Amino acid sequence: MDESNQLVGSSPIRKEGRDKVTGRAQYVDDLSLPGMWFGATVRSTIARGRITSITFDPLIPWHEFTVVTAKDIPGENAIVHLAKDHVCLAESTINHCDEPILLLAHPERAVLHAAVASVKITYDELPGVFTIEDSETAIERAAQGDTSGVIWGKGADANLFKTYLMQKDQKPIPADVWETADYIVEGEYRTGAQEQLYIENNGVIAEYSATDGVTVRGSMQCPFYLVHALEVIFGLPAERCRVIQTETGGAFGGKEDFPSVIGSHAALLAMKSGHPVKICYDRAEDMAGTTKRHPSRTRHRTAVSKEGKLLAGEIEIALDGGAYMTLSPVVLSRATIHAPGPYHWPYMVVRAKALATNIPPHGAFRGFGAPQTLFALERHMDKIARVIGLTPEELRRRNFLTTGDRTATGQLLSEPVDMQHMLTRALTESDYHAKRAEFDRTNATSAIKRGIGFATFFHGAGFTGSGERRLNSLVEIDVTAEGWPRILVSSTEFGQGTNTILSQVAAQALQLPYESIVVAQPDTLLVPNSGPTVASRTAMVVGRLVQKAGESLRTKLRDAGGLRDGYSAAEFCAVAVAYLAKYGELKTSARYEAPDIFWDDVLYTGDAYPAYAWAVYVAEVAVDTITYSASVTEFHALQEVGKVLHPILAAGQIEGGVAQGIGYALYEKCVWQKGHMANNQMTNYIMPTSADLPPIHVYFEETPSIHGAFGAKGIGELPMDGPAPAILNAVEHATGIAFTQIPLLPEDIFERMTGDNQQPHFDASIAGPFFSEVGA
Amino acid sequence: MSSVQFTVNGEKKTIDAPPMKRLLDVLREDLHLTGAKEGCGEGECGSCSVLMNGDLVNSCLVPVLQASGATICTIEGISTEGRLHPIQQCFLEHGGAQCGICTPGMILATHHLLEKYPQPTLLQIQEGLAGNLCRCTGYMRIFTAVQEAALANAAAGDLR
Repeated sequence: MDESNQLVGSSPIRKEGRDKVTGRAQYVDDLSLPGMWFGATVRSTIARGRITSITFDPLIPWHEFTVVTAKDIPGENAIVHLAKDHVCLAESTINHCDEPILLLAHPERAVLHAAVASVKITYDELPGVFTIEDSETAIERAAQGDTSGVIWGKGADANLFKTYLMQKDQKPIPADVWETADYIVEGEYRTGAQEQLYIENNGVIAEYSATDGVTVRGSMQCPFYLVHALEVIFGLPAERCRVIQTETGGAFGGKEDFPSVIGSHAALLAMKSGHPVKICYDRAEDMAGTTKRHPSRTRHRTAVSKEGKLLAGEIEIALDGGAYMTLSPVVLSRATIHAPGPYHWPYMVVRAKALATNIPPHGAFRGFGAPQTLFALERHMDKIARVIGLTPEELRRRNFLTTGDRTATGQLLSEPVDMQHMLTRALTESDYHAKRAEFDRTNATSAIKRGIGFATFFHGAGFTGSGERRLNSLVEIDVTAEGWPRILVSSTEFGQGTNTILSQVAAQALQLPYESIVVAQPDTLLVPNSGPTVASRTAMVVGRLVQKAGESLRTKLRDAGGLRDGYSAAEFCAVAVAYLAKYGELKTSARYEAPDIFWDDVLYTGDAYPAYAWAVYVAEVAVDTITYSASVTEFHALQEVGKVLHPILAAGQIEGGVAQGIGYALYEKCVWQKGHMANNQMTNYIMPTSADLPPIHVYFEETPSIHGAFGAKGIGELPMDGPAPAILNAVEHATGIAFTQIPLLPEDIFERMTGDNQQPHFDASIAGPFFSEVGA
Repeated sequence: MSSVQFTVNGEKKTIDAPPMKRLLDVLREDLHLTGAKEGCGEGECGSCSVLMNGDLVNSCLVPVLQASGATICTIEGISTEGRLHPIQQCFLEHGGAQCGICTPGMILATHHLLEKYPQPTLLQIQEGLAGNLCRCTGYMRIFTAVQEAALANAAAGDLR
């Protein structure tokens, strides 16, 4: 193949696409093993308390069932993520609604529902801690000796999974900055829980044998996370905990940490029953019992000059982590680092905490903390603009980070950044200025109020700080018996295009046709640990390793196999097969080498991410003042993501993320009743349908990064960050009302437009709950 | 148990099943046609969509007895002799499938839509697919795939 033939940047057919459009792709519930039984979970009906009795209704033939309790766990009763606080099965203490207590297995799937309902559990119920404020109150009371509201940890850690203090240049904000600033603008912003709502529910099939150990197949993002969880539950070495990812029908973070729970459950049932056991949740169980996006409260206090220069910012972040730690410290970390946004701050202090509540544990969801704090920041920027009398555009222009600047963690932006140009282009593409003027003119006489707003933001790609160094990812490429290169990675495909982009990268590195590349099914017995498929790291970090492993395979065949320059695919295969015959194995690898960057986990300073993607999103909305519903009518998404590996897949990632962001802003509300998700159905948890979404226009700028495969940066999470603030900024333009909380439902708009809070003559002095002005 | 006869993808089948067993489970468990997926079990997501006597139905809401005598087409019956149907080809080429779990239902819904409106407007596509939820794509590339399939059909002179 010709050296100039560029596969990267073209849009070949999705690797596994043919199986998907023909219905032949095998998801876990499509698989059946000989002698397989089915499993189900008995869950708590209270949020907090102690189990007092468990009885089994004698009408059920229990001898036909396998019943697993915490006593059957051979190792530790802990689902390990960052800590071992999360029990696999509750023994006596209940910490959240729908907490797993018992597991049942039976050869017939149909009998399980009635059996689960026939296990009667009684409790001593305690008052639950359900909100950020409940948890804070409990901490305050604990300091005075009343620990009745402490549901996690003790002493200084009571109800606190993690705290961070991030200070730019390790400096507090000098008092005179506040005293001499022209304006101080304060604001409080809140975001709700959000369900990932992958269309394929969580599901696994587990097998157990005394000699081989545990094997779990299932729908998941991170096979080695589950290996690690099984090691602890079963007390087995890693090589006897085998995990195989099956075709995965959407994940979005919802299959990052949770498969450790359902995978452990099925494996325990398999061990005790002596049969393979499948557990596939139905929608109601999946929504009530699995992780969601962390609800948040973010408070801003900002000192600004009358020229619109940001002088200092104080940000307080509180996340509701739910009942167990899971990944909350890492989510909080990303929330903290993204909170100051793409702006230059002479002084910045972020105080962040993740609190325990009696809600099912919150976990990973696309964006991972950043959507929460960027929502707050980008609403707050519009508020500052309003208070000081600048346009939202001008305020941002006076404060953007640019090449050579340092972020709030002190990271030097050495790769080119041009947010001024990005903003100009996004406002031009969306016809922002003309639309803004038009809506200002027409809204006065129209029942449909229209508005246009935008958000400017960034998203760090890869694990935070020293995370990539610790992951120490390994990628291998070997060849099939026919001589085709085969990529060996634990990086999983769940719709985002892993198989396709990694094949493009390998094909380009090997100068072979895309079709010649094989991707091995992620099976932990076969593939090395290339790290979890999360954090917008696959294209950038794993892709770069695939590129290196491909280049070294080519070199190896040239040096030891006699592969000549300008080889054809057939020649490559012939040389590879000959090499195999001679040496028995042909495999190359590439291990992550930390770039020359520095991060301090204690001071929270340094290079937080290898690279950032930068974006400007513009939303147009229509608010109907008769129905009080808001809808998005046009959406423009401009981003700089390094080299775009596959334009169709990349645009698909952006469009899908924007759709989830629109849902986050305007439709998707988790209704909690005493810690139970009351609307755990697709009927009453509303995600956008094809009829709800506006045209989504996607634009890319490409500034290749030295860190990624052929210059690629991370892309997957970015589109989750911008839509919500852009939409609420547009709603403020349309209605004059500064909403500060999502989801923003028609009833919220109704309340503000008709109730005591009505603000017919909106102006800056009533811009929100907190506003003060000094020295102006 | 009831004995129910119907035609699936051109083949006559006789099934012994409880009369209220869901058509979805009969297709998946008894006939091993696993292309139809369960996403919600309450008729909201459309992942279990099949064509029954030419109508698009959620097979999770159809008791098998109701399918007695019916002609049913599933995703497995859409392509012939190993060749992709133009709708499948367009979904493949234009990024209409990401994770793929909604794709069989989405393709059957498209098939139904194009029977009704061989050259649908964007609004007709949006409304025609509104019973089939996709969490990955934001639907934009699905719309493109449907429009391209309509063009392909017109070019081929075959409105199906």
